[in-house]
Amino acid sequence: MKPDLLRCKRKGFRLFAEALFTLSGTVTTVVILLIILFLFKEGAGLFRSNEVEKGYSLCVHASSPVERLSPAQIKQIFDYETEWIPFRLEDLFDRYSEEELGKDYALLPGKLGEEITKEPKLVAFVPTQYVPTGLPTVRVLPGSRIGWLRFFGGKEWMPTATPAPLFGVLPLLLGTLWVSLFAILIALPLGLGATVYLSELAGEKMRRLLKPAIELLAGIPSVVYGFFGLVVLVPFLQRTGGLPVGETALAGSLILAIMALPTIITVAEDAMRNTPKALREASLALGATRWQTIYRVVFPASVSGISAAIVLGIGRAVGETMAVLMVTGNAAVMPSSLLEPVRTIPATIAAELGEAPAGGAHYQALFMLGCILFLITLLISTAAEIISGKSFYNKKGI
Amino acid sequence: MIEAKNIDFYYGDFHALKNISMKMEAHTVTAFIGPSGCGKSTFLRLFNRMNDLIDATRLTGECRIDGADIYHKSVDVDELRKKVGMVFQKPNPFPKSVFENVAYGLRVGGMTDKNRIRQRVEAALTGAALWDEVKDKLKKSAFELSGGQQQRLCIARALAISPAILLMDEPASALDPVSTSKIEDLIHVLKKEYTLVIVTHNMQQAARVSDKTGFFMLGELVEFSDTKKMFLNPEKEETQNYLTGRFG
Repeated sequence: MKPDLLRCKRKGFRLFAEALFTLSGTVTTVVILLIILFLFKEGAGLFRSNEVEKGYSLCVHASSPVERLSPAQIKQIFDYETEWIPFRLEDLFDRYSEEELGKDYALLPGKLGEEITKEPKLVAFVPTQYVPTGLPTVRVLPGSRIGWLRFFGGKEWMPTATPAPLFGVLPLLLGTLWVSLFAILIALPLGLGATVYLSELAGEKMRRLLKPAIELLAGIPSVVYGFFGLVVLVPFLQRTGGLPVGETALAGSLILAIMALPTIITVAEDAMRNTPKALREASLALGATRWQTIYRVVFPASVSGISAAIVLGIGRAVGETMAVLMVTGNAAVMPSSLLEPVRTIPATIAAELGEAPAGGAHYQALFMLGCILFLITLLISTAAEIISGKSFYNKKGI
Repeated sequence: MIEAKNIDFYYGDFHALKNISMKMEAHTVTAFIGPSGCGKSTFLRLFNRMNDLIDATRLTGECRIDGADIYHKSVDVDELRKKVGMVFQKPNPFPKSVFENVAYGLRVGGMTDKNRIRQRVEAALTGAALWDEVKDKLKKSAFELSGGQQQRLCIARALAISPAILLMDEPASALDPVSTSKIEDLIHVLKKEYTLVIVTHNMQQAARVSDKTGFFMLGELVEFSDTKKMFLNPEKEETQNYLTGRFG
């Protein structure tokens, strides 16, 4: 009887443990998938929004040749001198007193209709509820939706411009890639150099001292790096480079490089040290020098670990927010040199999400930026996966 | 000829080898036997200076190969290791093809002529009695070979750079009996061209393959004599006890 009971108990426990593991695995996966789904759902909403601000319409004289206006054209009309006359609600308040507009602005649409009728060059930007109806002289411009092309190919990011915000993602995307690219170009030689030193050249004592120190660097909050960059690096760059502003892409790249270094060094060093001692000994016993052993045996054997390190470094650089926000100057312009301010995708999201009304086009555009960031990191890690899959160890002979 | 004179060796504070002197003639097989931790592997690794890789070691005494002190300041360790090859306890082929494993020593030695490399690789594989088994899989990963084949590949790899001396650190301890006997047969053949020094746990193996045997215990060379003599009529009591299996 008793052993049977015991066996039953054990089996019950095993089933319980299995269920627990399955459950936690499932929950984690589902939560992650839901987050991604949420990201894309919110982001996709952008392409269902109108280009003109929500709740507003553009009206012109019926005889006006204007058919459709792109956000850039609208911006041109309202911000610069053109043959067209921009007209906002404020202009109406300037011309009419409150009594003339009636209680609850009941007479407003009528007055607006008069203004439009008087001036065929007028382009009026008014709340849709006040658009004069039934007047043959007034035509409402059809609102078009924000297009993929305008979003991904747009070179201007002005999310708060009225009447029509500009959501051109190119400057942000290129800004991110620009800053990250140079960060990695700076971090890679330094990181691999430090890795080779630590794993192959440094004495045991030195290594025991340096490794924890470097690992500690990885744990410093990014805002501290940003602060350091802002207080030390930015003024230094401004002074030595004779720049109008020190907050530049270069400052961002340098800070990111410093931040990515501990990750790269730690992971790559582990990979190199994990090269079996037997392989090193085999190489050295055949008369290979230390360097020949490093580049002919240790490097190839740890290539997957090293590429993982590089990718983690890139990932860190691409996704890093705070430090970059603090030192790059945040000008959403197409990057053309390292010595000008740029703005990255994460910095944009962090800086603007607080002021974007939930559900609005701006808000959705920021989510879309998040989607882009997600896709970039997904691409990077997939690439890493493929590279490490081709590693020395798995491949049949070289 | 290999000659060790008054060798003392320390790992930190641990006195691993105590005043050992020994001479090994060219074209002979010398076996080192003894219980685990007796210092026989440490002693073997002195001759290609593999012990240099370990931190905090200290060596006193003289170690000569063909009359030259191999621990002299002017000695190029990489060159020394090209003359004194080594085969390790566990087969440790590189994660490369069979061909590249054997060619490795040639390539790091600066040989670039493809035809010469091919000839030397074939010769080395033939010398290690492996050519017939692998000639059709030279491009395959060395990991696809069996354990015994891998070990012979490691021997071929060592032979490819034509060393004068071959050190073998328990070369058959990780192998099955059939592979072991192949390695032992190989040792008999290699003796003609190389000076062999072999560490082994297996006393029968020592008896089968070696001309001379050194018995180590607790860092001391207890007895060193002709293998036949040692196995039939050991001088020391410890040797007798070890050989008859009373301890070890």
